[in-house]
Amino acid sequence: MSAWPLLGIVVLVAGFAAGVNPLIVIIASALTTGLAAGLSPLHLIAALGKAYNDSRYVSVIWLVLPVIGLLEREGLQERARTLITRVRAATAGRLLLAYLALRQITVAIGLTSLCGQAQTVRPLIAPMAEAAAQVRMGPISDRVRYLIRAYAASADNVGAFFGEDIFIAVSSILLIKGVLQQSGLDIAPLRLSVWAIPTALMAFTIHGLRLWRLDVRLKRLARETPP
Amino acid sequence: MFAAIAVRSLRDHANRRRCGNAAFWGLLAISFLVGSEIGDLANGLLVLALTALGSSAMGLGSPRTTSPAAREACARVRGDVIFMPALLIPAIAIAGTLTLAKIRMHGAPIVDPRQVTLIALALGIVVALIVAMLRFRPPALAPVEEGRRLADAIGWAIILPQLLASLGAVFAVSGVGAAVGHIATTWLPLGHPFAAVLAYCIGMALFTMVMGNAFAAFPVMTAAIGMPLIVHRFGGDPAIMGAVGMLSGYCGTLATPMAANYNIVPAALLELPDRNGVIRVQIPTAIPLLVCNIVLMYLLVFRF
Repeated sequence: MSAWPLLGIVVLVAGFAAGVNPLIVIIASALTTGLAAGLSPLHLIAALGKAYNDSRYVSVIWLVLPVIGLLEREGLQERARTLITRVRAATAGRLLLAYLALRQITVAIGLTSLCGQAQTVRPLIAPMAEAAAQVRMGPISDRVRYLIRAYAASADNVGAFFGEDIFIAVSSILLIKGVLQQSGLDIAPLRLSVWAIPTALMAFTIHGLRLWRLDVRLKRLARETPP
Repeated sequence: MFAAIAVRSLRDHANRRRCGNAAFWGLLAISFLVGSEIGDLANGLLVLALTALGSSAMGLGSPRTTSPAAREACARVRGDVIFMPALLIPAIAIAGTLTLAKIRMHGAPIVDPRQVTLIALALGIVVALIVAMLRFRPPALAPVEEGRRLADAIGWAIILPQLLASLGAVFAVSGVGAAVGHIATTWLPLGHPFAAVLAYCIGMALFTMVMGNAFAAFPVMTAAIGMPLIVHRFGGDPAIMGAVGMLSGYCGTLATPMAANYNIVPAALLELPDRNGVIRVQIPTAIPLLVCNIVLMYLLVFRF
């Protein structure tokens, strides 16, 4: 068995580490891997094209851009900020903690599309968190702003990843079942879901604690970087 | 949609790179319109062209949009009604997922049951757009211009998810998975159950970081280490191994730029200057969580 195709992985890691544009890194890695495995260049490009075409469904979410853009034009983010300033107990950290819980619970009961980066975090959660921070601390510097946004995105990711396997009809559970089936084991999806719960709780605890303490960190950063 | 964005990009004379933008969005439009008709090789060349354009020839367009002050005024006037179209999207997506697969015409379902969620989502988006247009009456070109504004902000990152899927296919065709499994079992000292658990979980996380998603790593790691060692040699429970193993992979997903739609695309969507901003914030969760996962698996997998 040839280990030469692993050269592609070296290219991938080196490319990302060097900060080269990811598009170029990915294509370079694909070409290296394919050529190292002895594929003809034409065959390789065709394989690339077929996979790209077959995965177009992944991009369906981009259809949301005109709607979100339109609503932003009409003041969506501003309204979200106003709404959150009315909630006096809101801080950036607590808001994101609540969102983490919401995301994890809704995904665990199968409502994966209810929230998401494009339809929820960008238009609503991130501006709300920024506004909550501003209410508490006054005008905030760009560094504080970007940190809040990064945490908002992270709340969505952690919630989605570690809530997902609790729902039995999800593709990851089916994949695990399928792989184990190929070794002759018939595992009930429900057992897999149940064993996803301890990790889900640990994820919520670890990330939740960091979100709970986010406000302290933001205050310190705000002091160091005036607006 | 991408065709409309391409045309408007071309006519945006304020953008010095408008031809690059227009070409990029135009190629995307072609992919979505006739991708299945033009054959694999043409698609492959299209991908190469998109990469070349995306990495060098794109800039930010300047569509006409409202100023922050105007938006503040709008927000005050409209009130909370503005959230309605945004909330319609998930509402219709869920309603559609639950009902569309059951509707039948002439004995056959009107919607492919495997694609119900995606179709319901798209339906929700279209309805939300119509409602927003009717309620707020913006200029007719506003949806395209605003869509262009957001698309330009995200830029080339828009094709990252699809590109990564393509890379996964090339890896599969080239036998990368088998090679990794072979190396793992040949070079690692796996005589003790804890070593097997450690190798499996860390292997899942690392391979996920390389591949960008745990689904690609799971079959390889399970075949190389999980099944032969943890289950067969040391008598571990396969359900626990599978579930906790997959979640160890997810710890890797939190920390890698290869998981583009979770880490890079949101950074672009939220207009962060640091492309890896989201990853930086997630790593201090990913590492402790992986450690906890390893301990959890070791404590549980051999007890059931």
